[in-house]
Amino acid sequence: MNYENILSSCVQNMKPSGIRRFFDLAATMDDVISLGVGEPDFSTPWSIRKEAIDVLEKKKIVYTANAGLAQLREEVAAYLEKKIHVKYNPEHEIVITVGGSEAIDIAVRGVVNPGDEVLIVEPSFVCYAPIVQMAGGIPVPIATKQQNHFKLTAQELREKITEKTKLLVLPFPNNPTGAIMTHEDLVQIAEVLRDTNIMVLSDEIYSEMTYGRKHCSIAELEGMQERTILVNGFSKAFAMTGWRLGYLCAPEPVAKQLVKIHQYIIMSSPTVSQYAAITALKECEHDVERMVKEYNIRRRYLVEAFNRIGMTCFSPEGAFYVFPSIQCTGMSSEDFCEKLLEEERVAVVPGNAFGESGEGFVRVSYAYSLRHLMEAVSRITRFLEKHGGYHE
Amino acid sequence: MNELLHLLKTNARLTNAQLADMLGKTEQQVADEIHTLETKGIIRGYTAIINEELAKSTEVEALIELRVTPKRDCGFDEIAKTIMMYDEVETVSLMSGMYDLALTVKGESLKEVAMFVSQRLSAMEGVLATATHFVLKRYKEKGILIEEEEKDERNMLFP
Repeated sequence: MNYENILSSCVQNMKPSGIRRFFDLAATMDDVISLGVGEPDFSTPWSIRKEAIDVLEKKKIVYTANAGLAQLREEVAAYLEKKIHVKYNPEHEIVITVGGSEAIDIAVRGVVNPGDEVLIVEPSFVCYAPIVQMAGGIPVPIATKQQNHFKLTAQELREKITEKTKLLVLPFPNNPTGAIMTHEDLVQIAEVLRDTNIMVLSDEIYSEMTYGRKHCSIAELEGMQERTILVNGFSKAFAMTGWRLGYLCAPEPVAKQLVKIHQYIIMSSPTVSQYAAITALKECEHDVERMVKEYNIRRRYLVEAFNRIGMTCFSPEGAFYVFPSIQCTGMSSEDFCEKLLEEERVAVVPGNAFGESGEGFVRVSYAYSLRHLMEAVSRITRFLEKHGGYHE
Repeated sequence: MNELLHLLKTNARLTNAQLADMLGKTEQQVADEIHTLETKGIIRGYTAIINEELAKSTEVEALIELRVTPKRDCGFDEIAKTIMMYDEVETVSLMSGMYDLALTVKGESLKEVAMFVSQRLSAMEGVLATATHFVLKRYKEKGILIEEEEKDERNMLFP
């Protein structure tokens, strides 16, 4: 059979994930220390797991309402009001989704017409451009810069806006750079957007992971809630990646349309996870605090360690990644990652996997124990002594 | 809890330089703080968590519950202080609930521990009853799994 004629050209043209090659290579080695994951090393807090076990024992696991359990939506509304002081109507403005991923997908599909341009802040998580393409939209990357600590500036945004711009993807706290946007930073962005018809897809999945200051959402700013689709979820904050649960919040006319897509492709999000998520929001704030405290210790350790050995990196204030420069080695991101894997058995992700502007950097995750990180740092130090001219 | 204490509790062998990085402080600041914690008596010692089975230790350990008559004026303190003078006794705690003092006792054999309980503890003035429970296996100590590392089931590389 000639599958090329059968498969959609959109799917065939989709770029395979940039890290697949390293993944295959690493899989052939058995003593690899990985700093490559994008999910917490903590287990889901026990009270959440216990709730799921109880639900399995006592309840019929049937579909929920399309938009999700009413109680969960109420808890999400209360949580957001407390955290970012934004009010969402749980009945009409919140949709519980299969992870943040589905929320991103239906948000894009819901607003993008073929030919529309979607601005994507880069480096960033890998799913935005393919999702935009599947919706017939045109991804337009906006490269952020290290000297700006990978924040989006008003100038960079303004330069990319055209008549066709429909949506801005604003992913902060950022994977892979760890950058955040403060209130002051967002004010500048809101200024540019306010007189346009551009919607914002604010992916705030790492909102709980900020260090030294609280997360700020663009929806908090005057006049911005009406043009924002806020995406968040339980994966990172509550260490619930495998539970596949997230949510989106949007003005009623938008949410009303998006829930239709959700209804047809998903029906309703996993029921057991939804009950467990209620417990997460009601009872697990101190668990989140405990995890964030640990991440912060690791973050400080890595930033110091990388700067000391010549892989300069700014001090990221969010997520659980550092994004050091590998300029001192003269290698490309992919060469660096491949050599580091082969010679020292340490896996990190090349920065260009997150957009061209990530070239010259690597993403290092600190969702690992300190002991693990210390071993990795000593291996990377040895590697740098060989290739980067670093000498103690 | 103080972040420095928290880190030392999980790994007391971290160097001052490593602790300084982790806490965003200078090495000197960390050294000073540890010195203060030690002189104030907040840090009482440093120890290792050992898988006794792998270390081929023949020691046995028992948890012992004691019911005692408190003394006028000094309550349980006097008898607790007498008990802790024995080298065999590793920990002594005053408990709420069904009994008063909980001890952990170590010895070279079951018999040695049993003899210690019957001859030394039971015979003490004020001791009303004892119950001895031998430790058969330790799974977790001070937050650390004794037998195995938890396996990392996450994908090695993930965007």
